[in-house]
Amino acid sequence: MKHLLSAGDLTADAALGILDTSDELKRTLLGREVKKLPTLRGRTVITCFYENSTRTRVSFEVAGKWMSADVINVSSSASSVSKGESLRDTALTLAAAGADCVIVRHPASGAAHRLAHWLSEAGISVVNAGDGMHEHPTQALLDAATLRERLGDLTGKRIAIVGDILHSRVARSNVLLLRTLGADVRLIAPPTLVPAGVEEWKVPVHHDLDAHLSDLDAVMLLRVQAERMHGGFFPSAREYSISYGLNEKRFAKLPEHAVVLHPGPMLRGMEIASAVADSPRTAITDQVRNGVHVRMAVLYHLLAGEEEKV
Amino acid sequence: MTPRESVGAADAADERTLLSAADVARTIARMAHQVIEKTAVEPGEAPVQVTLLGIPTRGVPLARRLADKIREFSGAEVPVGTLDITLYRDDLRRRPNRPLESTELPPGGIENCLVILVDDVLFSGRTIRAALDALRDLGRPSAVQLAVLVDRGHRQLPIRADYVGKNVPTARQEDIAVELSERDGRDAVVLRRAGA
Repeated sequence: MKHLLSAGDLTADAALGILDTSDELKRTLLGREVKKLPTLRGRTVITCFYENSTRTRVSFEVAGKWMSADVINVSSSASSVSKGESLRDTALTLAAAGADCVIVRHPASGAAHRLAHWLSEAGISVVNAGDGMHEHPTQALLDAATLRERLGDLTGKRIAIVGDILHSRVARSNVLLLRTLGADVRLIAPPTLVPAGVEEWKVPVHHDLDAHLSDLDAVMLLRVQAERMHGGFFPSAREYSISYGLNEKRFAKLPEHAVVLHPGPMLRGMEIASAVADSPRTAITDQVRNGVHVRMAVLYHLLAGEEEKV
Repeated sequence: MTPRESVGAADAADERTLLSAADVARTIARMAHQVIEKTAVEPGEAPVQVTLLGIPTRGVPLARRLADKIREFSGAEVPVGTLDITLYRDDLRRRPNRPLESTELPPGGIENCLVILVDDVLFSGRTIRAALDALRDLGRPSAVQLAVLVDRGHRQLPIRADYVGKNVPTARQEDIAVELSERDGRDAVVLRRAGA
């Protein structure tokens, strides 16, 4: 593996390899006094975030540091980007500065692919940490790790992705990965928040959340991305919440074993009721915890082994 | 292919069985006796907790068998754990990526224990160096010893085993395969010539 740009690039074997590595890392680090492995000593990982983020950036930084890599954070507001430097020039600067891996988040879809194209020659790995409304593969991996922890093998598991599919890179990456892993995925969203061309995702799209609740192993809620919305996608937050919010009444209709996920940051009272968010059947803090191990596993698979001969 | 002269009990032209299943059982039993003898404490001395840590893959079943024999001979219950050293290897960058094995310490941990690392073959010593590094991150044993089923020589580091099942002089290009019924369906130690 050279880059991690799209969840769709992962074969089932590659995805399961990363998830198994993540499980082992989690068990290895459990209860240890020294949470540090020497595996990536001397490798330099640069995170380059053109969009705000708490959990993803911190999670990558912790993951890199626990593997003993040197992690350097670049944010667009505090770098030459704010002076008008292009993405390509920034990339070449990072390469010249000695990066082994660049982790990038960018508001433009496809930015990570462009970056990988420029950096491949220098032998630098690129990880897509979210590009616009396109993809966020490590989020899909940590969601899968969390689901596997609660539900076991995901083959045939019925998983609904609910909410703002249109603006969500998490949804796309999750659909790609969960399908590769053999899960039975469906999308549930208001018609205005379903992207054009969704039929190519090859998963059913529904509009009535209540009709599906009793038949699910997991519900994955998405944040309503107001910052990407210019115009009326739904009449009001209250109306959205009434139709698609996971309130306590809906929560009670889910099967006993069903898991609730949310990639965060969550809007309590909008997509999810506060009591549901804090229920032990909701795995939101597990997702963050697993995020570190999954990202350690991704860095391990990208950086630890011998470089693949192209 | 040119036929080669067979040496010892040849099962194939390029393969020689060094230990049969019965030999493997006897060797492990002898090693268990040696562990009991060497870790015994003088009357009045504080007892030490002996803990076996098997190094995956074949060190793990070996450690379990050793613990069973020690229990059988002395009645002492010896905790067994596993210690994966993949993340501590010094040759990670020279090989394709490898999957991780599990590291599981016994419930009591290894703090102040006498840890005996168990592996199938001692060769360059690099695995053991990695294991010592891994141990340092997991706790502070009172002492660390090493038990191996086969010592084939060619050390690249100043490392020596405390318990050796069988010393086998080998050429560098030869290959020693330890087979254990838990993984391979039979017990045997086989020497293979290069290219076999």
